[in-house]
This record gives sequence, C-alpha cells and structure tokens, in this order.
Amino acid sequence: MHTDIQISPQEMFTETAISRQKRRTENVMRIFLLVITSMMIIPLLLIIGYLLYKALPVLSVEFLFTNPKDNMRAGGLWAPFLGTIYLVVVSLLVSAPIGVFAAVYLNEYARENWFTRITNLAVVNLAGVPSIVHALFGVGAFVLFAGLGESILAASLTLAIMTLPVIIASTTEALKAVPMSFREACWNLGATRWQTIRRIVLPNSISGILTGVILQVSRAAGETAPIMFTGAVFYKAIAEGNLFAYNITEQCMALSLHLFTISTQVPDVTDGIPYGTAVVLVATVLLVNAASIALRVYLRTRKKW
Amino acid sequence: MNILRKKSTANLPFSETAIELFIRLCGISSILFVFGIFFFVFREGAGFLFSGLDVKEFLTSVEWQPTSLNNKRYGAFALIVGTFSVTVLAMCIAVPFGLGAAIFVSEFCSPRLRETFKIIIELLAAIPSVVWGFIGLTLMNQLIITVFNAPIGLTMLNGGIMLALMSVPIIVSIAEDALKAVPDSYREAAVALGATRWQVVYRVLLPAAKNGLLAAVLLGAARSIGETMAVLMATGHSVNIPSGPLSWIRTLTATIAAELGEVARGGEHYQVLFIIGILLFTITFIVNLIADLVIKGIRQE
Repeated sequence: MHTDIQISPQEMFTETAISRQKRRTENVMRIFLLVITSMMIIPLLLIIGYLLYKALPVLSVEFLFTNPKDNMRAGGLWAPFLGTIYLVVVSLLVSAPIGVFAAVYLNEYARENWFTRITNLAVVNLAGVPSIVHALFGVGAFVLFAGLGESILAASLTLAIMTLPVIIASTTEALKAVPMSFREACWNLGATRWQTIRRIVLPNSISGILTGVILQVSRAAGETAPIMFTGAVFYKAIAEGNLFAYNITEQCMALSLHLFTISTQVPDVTDGIPYGTAVVLVATVLLVNAASIALRVYLRTRKKW
Repeated sequence: MNILRKKSTANLPFSETAIELFIRLCGISSILFVFGIFFFVFREGAGFLFSGLDVKEFLTSVEWQPTSLNNKRYGAFALIVGTFSVTVLAMCIAVPFGLGAAIFVSEFCSPRLRETFKIIIELLAAIPSVVWGFIGLTLMNQLIITVFNAPIGLTMLNGGIMLALMSVPIIVSIAEDALKAVPDSYREAAVALGATRWQVVYRVLLPAAKNGLLAAVLLGAARSIGETMAVLMATGHSVNIPSGPLSWIRTLTATIAAELGEVARGGEHYQVLFIIGILLFTITFIVNLIADLVIKGIRQE
C-alpha cells in the first residue's frame, strides 16, 4: 500500500516545535538545579571565610594554650578545649563498643521479625530525639538518679547515648559490605558465630567502622545542649599545659558552651575572641569530618572484593 | 545467616556465651535508651503534670510567667506556635533547595561532581548548631537589619534561615536515597518513549518516589523542631505570637535551654520544663514514626 504522506528529508532532521520546547525545558531545569545545588557551597564558604576574617587578629598558638582571663573577656581557649577533648574521649569509650556491638547484633544475630523491627525503629527514634531532651534525660538519669552529679562522666554518658545511632548506622553499613560468602566459608570450617565475627567480619569491616567512630567524635565535639546541664560549666580555671588537669567526676568547660557563653552572656568580650572560638570549634569538627571522608574515599580505591 | 540457628549452644565455651550475651544486650540497648529517656524525663515532670498543672492552660494560654512572684502562669501556647512557625518557615526555604539538590545530585550529575556535592553537603551537616546560632547572632543579624531596615535582626526569619541550612543536608540525603530506590527500569522505559531527563524526573521519578521525598521533608522538619542552640541564639527569644517573619519568637527547646539552669530542682517551674520535654519527645517521636512508616511502606511495595 502506498501512503500519501511525504516527509522531506529536511523536515525529518529539523526540530519540530515540540522537541525544541522539550530541549529548552530540559536545559533550563538542568541549569536551575545546578544553581540550586551549587548554592549549598555558599553558606559553607561564607561561614568559614567570615569567621576566619573576623578571628584573624586573635588566632595564634598561644590562643589555644592559655586559659580564658578577665571574666572570659580576654585570654585563650585552653580550659574549654581540653574539656571538649575529655567529653569526646569519655563518650567515645562508652558509645563505640555499645554501638559497634549493637550493629553486630542487628546485622549478624537478629532475625527478620517484629522485635528486630522495633529495635531498628528505636535506633531511628534515638537519632530523632531532640538534643535538649537528651539533656533532660541526662539530668534525670545520670546527674540525679545515678548520683553522678554534674560531672564530665554524666555529660559524656549523655553525649554517648545521643551519638550512638551515628555509630550503629555506619557500622551496620560496614558489616553489610562484607560478602556473605566470607562468613559461609568460615562457618564451613567449623567456626562458631563469634569466631566468624571476630576473625572475619570485624577485621574486614574495621576501616568502615572507624569512619563511623570518627563521625561520632565530630558530632560529640559540637554538641552544646546535652552538656549544658549535665557537666559543662561556664567557667573553670585549670592548670595550663597539663593534659590531666580535669577529673572526670568534676565539671569542665567546653568549646561549644564557651562560644554560647561569650557570645550571649558576657558583655564587652574582646572583639575577635568569640570568632576565634567559633573558628577553633568549626575547624576541629570539619577536620575530623574530613578525616572520615578521606578514609572512606581511600577505602573505596583499595576495596578487595 | 540462619544456617547456624539450630546449632546447639550447649558446648560453647563460657567466654563465648558471655560475649554473645553482651552482644545481645548491646543490640537491645537502643530500645532501653528510648524507654529510659521517656521514663526519666517523665519521672522528673510527672508530679506536677498530674497534680497542679492546668493542662488546658498549658496548651492554650500565651501567658508564660514562671518566675512571677504572685501570678505564676505556665501557658506554653506561644512557645508551641513559635516552634511550629519557625519550622514551617525553615521548611519553606529548605524543601525547594533540598529536593532540588537531591534531584540534581541523583539524576543530572556526573559521578565525580556527585561526590563533590555530597562531601560539601556532609560538611554542611557537620557544622555544630551553636555555630549556626553564632552566625545568626552576628552575620545574619546584620544582614537582616540592613536588608529589611529592621530595628533588630534576631527574628523568626533569622532562625528559619539557620534551621533551613541545618535541615537541608538531611533532606538531600534521604531524598536522594528515595530517588535511587526507584528501579532503573522505570527510567529506561521513559527514555525509550522519548522523554528527556527532566520529563523522566517530573513525570516518572517524582510520582514514584513521593513517599520517600515526604519522609525526607518530615525528618527535616523533625530536626528543626528539636533544634535548640541555633533558635535560642537567633530568634530573639521572647514569648510572642509571631505576626510575620520579622517578629521575634521563642521555641519550646530554647525555653528549656534558657531556664533549666536557673530553676530550683523539683520546683513547679523545673517540672514544667520537663513536661515541655515530654511534649517535644512526643512530637518528634510521632513525626519520626510517621516518616519510618512512610519509608517502610515503599519498601514493601
């Protein structure tokens, strides 16, 4: 049968109105979305640049190693900086084992049933509890009920519970990346479940677990609300240069709370100091995060399976 | 992993039984902690909640005068309105950016650019809330005073922008997961019909991933509701029913943070702050639960 419709080659290869419009919309949307996404970088750069610019006059090595002076209107950051390190280390000692083993349980032991589902839901909800509610919990449970008083210990425990989901989530991901065949091979050799976990699963996922632990450090270092009423104090003078100047049953200063205090509660602070404090806090957190990201990227390049 | 399930554990050495017990204990610790949080916060506030507190007044009155000598009032309505209005404002800013970035990163990006953007978003998520608060207090404060010619820049708008910046990373990462979860066959089918990439996104991916995107927005909102330091420092912190983005507000979280340090332990005011804590816990718990159900719903499909 012969059709009457004739399409000239020219018509065939030129754009029709509808495809032109399609292409235009496509390009407009692509550029629009690119702009939107690129705008994420603006606040990041702006914050780092602005804080650095304002902090430049006060930043020095000495700033980090002297105590705040003159009712926190001058001086450095030694006491708050050391306090933050104490809080992070103690909370890490608690949350790392619990978090890693919780993920081991969820990934290696738990069956697919309602109980596991509730456990997973609990992890999600623990991550969603507001930080100030964690603070209230810390006051109720650790400061009062357990009788720890306001201390580094109570504040660290509060931080540990708050950051637990971070470790659980990243450890679960690391464990899932270990191929099932590794475990099966080990079981077939007669290994028990714990032997398999210890000799095969954990060694093969240790670096992935580490990235999660590093993330926990960054989270814990930046938190303010959970430590405000559980162990961090506005001002406390300690010996400069002594790494063991704090006792974990006593209160400490913390970088995050110090930034809050000097920017809202203390009048006439020397100009650059709050900015300097913010820079040290942001730098600490971002460097720790960058380490975690670098480790992850490095791992991906040398993945064995 | 069920192969070993039936194996008898009777002949395991003691150390192994002990370590398995420890692992199981850690596994259920999250449940214990969630219940523990509710229990201990409830325990501190329960006394006044059941005897003395006028719950109706607490939820509907705007008079928050906990320190008044002869006329103590515990009306949290303005605080609740403050929390929700700043959250809604933050979501109005964060949702277009968050979803737009998620779509771009998952559908329009080269793998290399994608990695770069994801790292930027991760770093954005890492900045502590007290630093956002400090930015609100300094940079954004000046900016709002200059741009809107306002007498003071510590307003709902300021807090909303800070909260938006804090919740964008969450929205991006969850929304991206949701888009990734849409099977590639959907995309291929649409492309085979001659759809451009934007048409694939608009006509196929968005409808297919709508539950996941909703969950992303919900979790972003939950983060905003629970955020403390940024809103404490950036919103002006005064009890007020907001009339627009440039009026100051006070939120539930900020009230606890500002007042808990100054109250007598066990007193009415102290217990009311814990009751606010219960309210916050309940709100975020419900929002998270809904988001979880929405996500689980997709997986079952």
